[in-house]
Amino acid sequence: MELWIDILIVLLILTNLKLMGSSRLSACIRVVALQGILLGILPLIAGHGQIPFRVMLLSAITIAVKGMVFPWLLLRALRTSNARREMEPFIGYSTSMLLSVGLIGLAIWMGGRLPLPVPLKSPLVVPLALFTIMTGLLAIISRRKAITQVLGYLVMENGIYAFGLTLAQKEPMLIELGTLLDVFMAVFVMGITIFHINREFDHIDTDLLTTLRD
Amino acid sequence: MILTLILLPVVAAIAMLGIRPAAVRRCLLIVVAAAHAILTACAWVNLPAPALDGWLLLDAPGLLFLGITSALFLVVSLYALGYLSREDWGKRQDFEEGFLFTNSRESVFLCCLLLFLGMMTLVTVSQHFGLIWVAVEATTLTSAPLIYFHRHRRSLEATWKYIMICSVGIALALLGNFFLAVASTLSENNHVPMLVSNLIQSAPQLHILWLKAAFLFLLVGYGTKLGLAPMHTWLPDAHSESPSVISALLSGALLNCAFLAILRVQQVCVAAGQGAFGQDLMVGFGLFSMLIAAAFILRQADFKRMLAYSSVEHVGILSLGVGIGAGAGYGAMLHAVNHSFTKGMLFLVAGNILAAYHNKSTRDIKGVLTVLPISGILWVAGFLAIIGSPPFGIFLSELTILKAALDQGQFVVAICYLLLLSIIFIGMATIVFQMSQGRPAGLPAEAATNPDSSSFLIGGESALAVIPPMILCAVILILGVYIPLPLQHVLKQAAVTIGAY
Amino acid sequence: MTMNMTSLLHIPTAFILAPLLLGIINRTKAFFAGRKGQPLLQAYYDIAKLLQKSAVYSRTTSWVFRAGPVASLAAVTTALLVVPVGGSAAPFHFSGDLIFLAYLLGVVRFFTVIAALDTGSPFEGMGASREVQFSVLAEPALLLSLAAMSLIGKIPAADSMLFQGFFASLSEIYARLTLAAWSHSGTVLLLAASAIMIVLLTENSRIPVDDPNTHLELTMIHEVMVLDHSGPDFAMILYAAALKLWIFCALLAGVLMPVRSGNFLLDTTTIIAGIFMIAIGIGVIESIMARLRLLRIPQLLSGAGVFALLAIVLVLKK
Repeated sequence: MELWIDILIVLLILTNLKLMGSSRLSACIRVVALQGILLGILPLIAGHGQIPFRVMLLSAITIAVKGMVFPWLLLRALRTSNARREMEPFIGYSTSMLLSVGLIGLAIWMGGRLPLPVPLKSPLVVPLALFTIMTGLLAIISRRKAITQVLGYLVMENGIYAFGLTLAQKEPMLIELGTLLDVFMAVFVMGITIFHINREFDHIDTDLLTTLRD
Repeated sequence: MILTLILLPVVAAIAMLGIRPAAVRRCLLIVVAAAHAILTACAWVNLPAPALDGWLLLDAPGLLFLGITSALFLVVSLYALGYLSREDWGKRQDFEEGFLFTNSRESVFLCCLLLFLGMMTLVTVSQHFGLIWVAVEATTLTSAPLIYFHRHRRSLEATWKYIMICSVGIALALLGNFFLAVASTLSENNHVPMLVSNLIQSAPQLHILWLKAAFLFLLVGYGTKLGLAPMHTWLPDAHSESPSVISALLSGALLNCAFLAILRVQQVCVAAGQGAFGQDLMVGFGLFSMLIAAAFILRQADFKRMLAYSSVEHVGILSLGVGIGAGAGYGAMLHAVNHSFTKGMLFLVAGNILAAYHNKSTRDIKGVLTVLPISGILWVAGFLAIIGSPPFGIFLSELTILKAALDQGQFVVAICYLLLLSIIFIGMATIVFQMSQGRPAGLPAEAATNPDSSSFLIGGESALAVIPPMILCAVILILGVYIPLPLQHVLKQAAVTIGAY
Repeated sequence: MTMNMTSLLHIPTAFILAPLLLGIINRTKAFFAGRKGQPLLQAYYDIAKLLQKSAVYSRTTSWVFRAGPVASLAAVTTALLVVPVGGSAAPFHFSGDLIFLAYLLGVVRFFTVIAALDTGSPFEGMGASREVQFSVLAEPALLLSLAAMSLIGKIPAADSMLFQGFFASLSEIYARLTLAAWSHSGTVLLLAASAIMIVLLTENSRIPVDDPNTHLELTMIHEVMVLDHSGPDFAMILYAAALKLWIFCALLAGVLMPVRSGNFLLDTTTIIAGIFMIAIGIGVIESIMARLRLLRIPQLLSGAGVFALLAIVLVLKK
């Protein structure tokens, strides 16, 4: 069991790094989809003893929404736009990778300093969650394309979800579903907005949206 | 009862999509707004029973903000009635850049508007931190299409910034919620439910470190929605590009919802004996917001942006009030009421000016008092109210906060507060007086389209355009002179929950 | 320093079998391409032929150019002495010999590079610069993954642990990589093995980092540096390259083949079989992958570094 958790965590970390290192937008979307699926599997493995029905249901919904619906929505938005690659990000790919490695260190350091009220099955889950959140934020601020920013938002959300999953397992079902629904709607609305931005401006570079300022 | 309050607008919203005739849709809007207001009034008279195992419950702060939201929504929907009938639904020219654009469909607009009301109501009545989060994020999502009502580049840009910045901010609040959940994990099998009352009860046992981290993240997260600087960057864009009806609701009602969410956490912190931690942070954020607002109000070129920055200033004052504590807590609650109605009124009047001048530039527009006699007077009155001159309500609340600061011996804070208020006063005064006085200028070349001939006219303006702001003006005037006893009672109780008063 | 007599047998084995690896890789590639391919022993023929020729030296070169191949071969041969073949210890092992190994490989690279620079040809200089640039990234990845493996089974409590673990000898590290180690820190080993695999491909100029068959100077890395060598010098270079490949394959096979029965013959044969399988694997990789753009290679190598780093993190968190 522990072996599988380790493998899962390593794979999740690698998806983050891959996201920071690749320029092709469709590849980025697929990486985030993979991350969503892996995250859906995480509670099935990380739980103690028998898996309650509630956790199984949530896992299934997570995998369906994050691993299939979101990528489908975003790939559709990507197809309507003429953007294929993230050109000239504010922070280059190699630099982003190096920064990410630094962030792993930071996340481990922080994770080690947080006193946890409940012992965890793997001490790496909290650093993983923190690292994923930081990667998401980094993607949001360092990339120009609207789609990459949505991906950053999703990755950040994934990190928060991973954190909640391991530490706050007693959240009522209703809230979890509500949260998931909100995130789903957010991505949906963002997708529509990207569609409109592309139609209106013929590009989806958010740094060129500068009409409104003081 | 509580469930009805939420479900009424939601069900009506779905019905909106199916109703063909525009007149029926608009009637439904008014009916729902009125019914919501009546239900809210009943709740004020007689506290309704909790619903869903205590997840939905009206306490003093909830009641206060529900009242503001419902009342403002009623007045604004009256205005919307006139606004929608005056709107040109075909292709038309943008008056700033000259390209053609259309509006989104009216049914979608009204649907989102009612959903927005429903979600704001949900924020005010939720007691569960998870549910509050879900509701606050839902307000963002339902209001995004409202900002993109006029389908053109600028509103699209504003919508994108609004969704992106607020969603990321609120995602941080979700992390804060999880931190709170960790703080309330007493042992492996002993979790305190995430209800405000339960958390307050077992506050002394919470993990302090995690609680502090939770507060920080929730403050930053919901603070983004509230428009606290430096997370306010979406606010001027969204407020200036959305239709005035929506700007009024965003400023008057939505900001309060985010503020309420922060108050809920502060309640728990106070109960855990960590009130001072949050207060210091809120004073800092509050003063910084006022500073940013002052810097951008001076020589502001767009009058709707000016109002938006004024909202940043006032959420700064709210935050400052809670931060100073003691009497200022009461002041902050009162200020929330006054600011909502004043800013709602100002945005509605701004909508009238925009409709007549087809221009948002503070430098071009002259002679509002001559062109629009009633809106002009309301514009000046609203300005006097918002900068805090007597006899309007804001004067009273700002004074209460100042007095509390002085009583507490926080002289530096008090001096900064006064200084920033006076800079904002100067900044807004120059703009507003230049706009309202003088010979009319900046009017569009062709004569302004006549207001709908079927509606009543008051002083040459459509009745539905001036009566709603007049009502709001009356309300803030009364609040400046006399605060009704029930309101006073609720304000006091709300202040007590955050350990102030 | 201890010496191990039986395992001295590893040295002649390597000497004899190393060029065979090149043959295996080439035959695998030929199989994938649907060709018959060159004979398995082609590398032996090449070396034998080159040894019969005489070397040609350009007038611009100095003794450095002539010393390069000899020094490289000498360094690789020395390196063989500390490389364990699976569980059976290397002829020599002492604490910290993994750094000794890394430096010997560094010496090989140094002499190849300096001999290339000695020719004064701009192309060779270009290749030298690339070689050095990539090895800067590859070396830490190798050391980190070896370090991660050295920490397996240690208790991360004492401060001196890192020190102790790091300075275990290569043979000790590999002796501990049993089936049990795989079952309880499989992820660490998998990560370390992937890092070593990437380093192997880089250090031995295989696809996707470098293409050993290309003769287009602009894209070459390793081949371009040895263009001017001829005759016995070039034979030495070829032989040294084969031995280097053998060393890396042995390191990788030691991780991937956790057979530690204690029976010298059984252990050694499995590992050597493993080495040949890795050669086949390299052939498969070369057949199915395209060469990466030069700009992408640092990313691949930092990826290897990240693998190694993650392995260390995982093992320390246990």
